[in-house]
Amino acid sequence: MRPGVNRASLVFAALLAVLVPLSLLAGRVWINPFDVAASGPNAAVILMELRLPRAVLAVVIGAGLGAAGAAMQGYLRNPLADPGLFGIAPMAALGAVASFWLGAWLPLPLQWSLPIMALAGAGLGMAGLALIAGRGVSDGAGAAGSGLALFTLAGLMIASLAGALTALAITLAPNAFALSQIVLWLNGALTDRSWAEVWLAAPLVGLGLGVLALTGRSLDALTLGEEAARSLGVDPARLLALLVAGVGLTVGASVAVAGIIGFVGLIVPHLVRPLTDRMPSSLMLPSALAGACLVLVADSAVRVLPLVTELRLGIALSLIGAPFFLWLLLRLRRGEV
Amino acid sequence: MLAAEDLTVTRARKKVVQGLSARFLEGEITAIVGPNGAGKSSLLLALAGLLQAAMGRVLLQGNALTELSVRERARAIGYLPQTPDIAWDVAAERLVALGRLPHGDDGREAVEGAIGALALEPLRRRPISQLSGGERARVLLARVLAGEPRWVLADEPLAALDLAHQLSLIAHLKACARSGQGVVIVLHDLALARNHADRVLVLKHGRLVADGPPAEALSEAIIADVWGIGAQWLGKPGAEALAPRA
Repeated sequence: MRPGVNRASLVFAALLAVLVPLSLLAGRVWINPFDVAASGPNAAVILMELRLPRAVLAVVIGAGLGAAGAAMQGYLRNPLADPGLFGIAPMAALGAVASFWLGAWLPLPLQWSLPIMALAGAGLGMAGLALIAGRGVSDGAGAAGSGLALFTLAGLMIASLAGALTALAITLAPNAFALSQIVLWLNGALTDRSWAEVWLAAPLVGLGLGVLALTGRSLDALTLGEEAARSLGVDPARLLALLVAGVGLTVGASVAVAGIIGFVGLIVPHLVRPLTDRMPSSLMLPSALAGACLVLVADSAVRVLPLVTELRLGIALSLIGAPFFLWLLLRLRRGEV
Repeated sequence: MLAAEDLTVTRARKKVVQGLSARFLEGEITAIVGPNGAGKSSLLLALAGLLQAAMGRVLLQGNALTELSVRERARAIGYLPQTPDIAWDVAAERLVALGRLPHGDDGREAVEGAIGALALEPLRRRPISQLSGGERARVLLARVLAGEPRWVLADEPLAALDLAHQLSLIAHLKACARSGQGVVIVLHDLALARNHADRVLVLKHGRLVADGPPAEALSEAIIADVWGIGAQWLGKPGAEALAPRA
């Protein structure tokens, strides 16, 4: 069996193959798989134009976030790392929020200015992260661990700067409607997404996944520590560049079409790890598949829940994710992980 | 042959190794000793090509280390860091297999050879968290040996091991040297260096103050000069102990 293609990958691939058709049937209008026409006059349209792009988008975004989380945890050698913590997602969100604010001046409809500015924000975050963290890996003369510490601090600083600017943009919102739109958008969702969003996100996430796949062996070597990894021929500058590009593409594209969807990158690799040999390279593919399953299930669940308005996907995942994070911290303290 | 030529290494703008020249031979265990902060670990990192020389150079079989590709260097020189800092709780054999990374193959034979040489067969499927310090040290050395490097450079491989495990690991390092590999180890314990090394380098403030057979390089006069303590060697050659004078 090739490295990376392991039992966990097969399990989650099989699960995904079951979940995708189920997700297509579930919603306010339940569709009878054996007689689509009997489910109502618009059943075929609902299926092809609403549910299918939404399901594909959930799979694409979940796969990107899951794999990005696995790579990030491998790089930082820490099961508590989440790609959302390190500046790229908050910068993408800042770009998106700025598009609400600047939308009137841009020669684009909001439908396009938002994702494009979100991608620009993600790109800016990536560049900042690579520039600052790159200084930590270039000379190799710092104290042990300084490269990763610089990466973490740079990421957190970019994230908090982006967060502050986003808050500023909200307080300066041009009107009440824009304000409500911004707040609503920040809590990520896949409601009313179409094929246009799929075509925008899928190639970028696919490219990001390809880039992340190249980091596997270097991340494995990093299990032994930075110096041992370098002695095995790992080039820290190349690894940093690949990681930032891969995480930037997957996370940036996800935020651009769906807003902030937190905790997937944190929870998924953690759940998948015990099913693998725990090497970062073994974790990447099953984390992508499991991430796709999680976002698909969560998105189907918020669609089905009998609430007045649909629960936002980002909120739902954070409601699951935050208690999980605490539980993880407590387990780590007891040394069970 | 691995050689340092007028090597100066700086870390955080401080010269930690200054104008050091020394030759290391295959088939020998060379121990690098010195007080805390003498530059032992920095010298080892520079010899492994992991710390750039500010001045001078490191030569591997007559070629400057900096002119080799990263991969060639990684194949020739195995480096074992001081702290067994393992991020994920992987099985022992997966960790050993990481040694093949510079070769880009799974090198089944070399991995099995390293597992056999360090008597890890019964432990191979155990996660690293369930191993004792001594077992873990053997796994990490096996990781280096799985890469079949010409040089084994180890930073304090015997620290934190009990006496029996120290002697067992030394026996493995001696076997490496007998098979033609060059072994360079940083040691804190002067008695281990005196009893087991073929050659000893003594460092003080980043400078080489003695280089020779253990009995000469670790004479009582040099120990008094470098460590500032009066001490004498007791016992038979090969099993000597260092006793501070009252």
